Amino acid sequence: MIYNLYIFNSAGDCLYYSEWRRKKQTDMSKDEENKLVYGMLHSLKSFVARISPDTSDSFQSYQTSTYRLSMYETPSGVKFVMNTGLELSLQSAREILHSLYKEVYVEFAVKNPMLSLQSPIDSELFRDKLEAFINSKMRE
Amino acid sequence: KAVVSTQSTGIEQSSGIKELHTEKFTLRCFQTITGVKFFVIVDQKQTGCEHLLLRIYELYTDYVLKNPFYPIDMPIRCELFDQNLRKVIEQVERATAYNSATLS
Repeated sequence: MIYNLYIFNSAGDCLYYSEWRRKKQTDMSKDEENKLVYGMLHSLKSFVARISPDTSDSFQSYQTSTYRLSMYETPSGVKFVMNTGLELSLQSAREILHSLYKEVYVEFAVKNPMLSLQSPIDSELFRDKLEAFINSKMRE
Repeated sequence: KAVVSTQSTGIEQSSGIKELHTEKFTLRCFQTITGVKFFVIVDQKQTGCEHLLLRIYELYTDYVLKNPFYPIDMPIRCELFDQNLRKVIEQVERATAYNSATLS
């Protein structure tokens, strides 16, 4: 079960957000919530870098008793953050994010000459393709 | 981080972070009802972490909490705890090595 998805650029702006299942709303604005999520990820990344027994490690995912948050970061700094249910394995979640990057983001956002990737993605085609992609993954 | 992870979730009744995965290691957490948190950092091949954390909790209650000279919430300076902890860790490592040897 895929709950929601955030896409952040390297500066921390939220380029895209979509939700498919959300039982509880936080009582803060979308802006505040995005900043909260990005801030948490930023702290987690630096925490991992410092505590890692090995050099050059990167944060990938965490899980609580009810959900799993997975993050996929590209070398250009774009972060795909997805919350899923625990029935989806860590490996599957990572594969979904990787395919999402390859089949949806690169094809319909990066290759779109009208889109600036520094501001929120405002493309119906991208939205449709993303929704179709996620729905197909949820049906599997 | 526990506060943020429970706040930002769209799901009710979520606990704090129980596991954290990176490329090179996994951090696992066990939290008691009183708020004491046990963290282990293990590599990807390690199995049986829940069990390990529960055994460490057992050692904690036996050698630390049942010690009448232990000041609550202070750093733990108890040789018996360290010794037994080391033994448990060695046991778990041997078990993991045995499992991976029999599997390969």
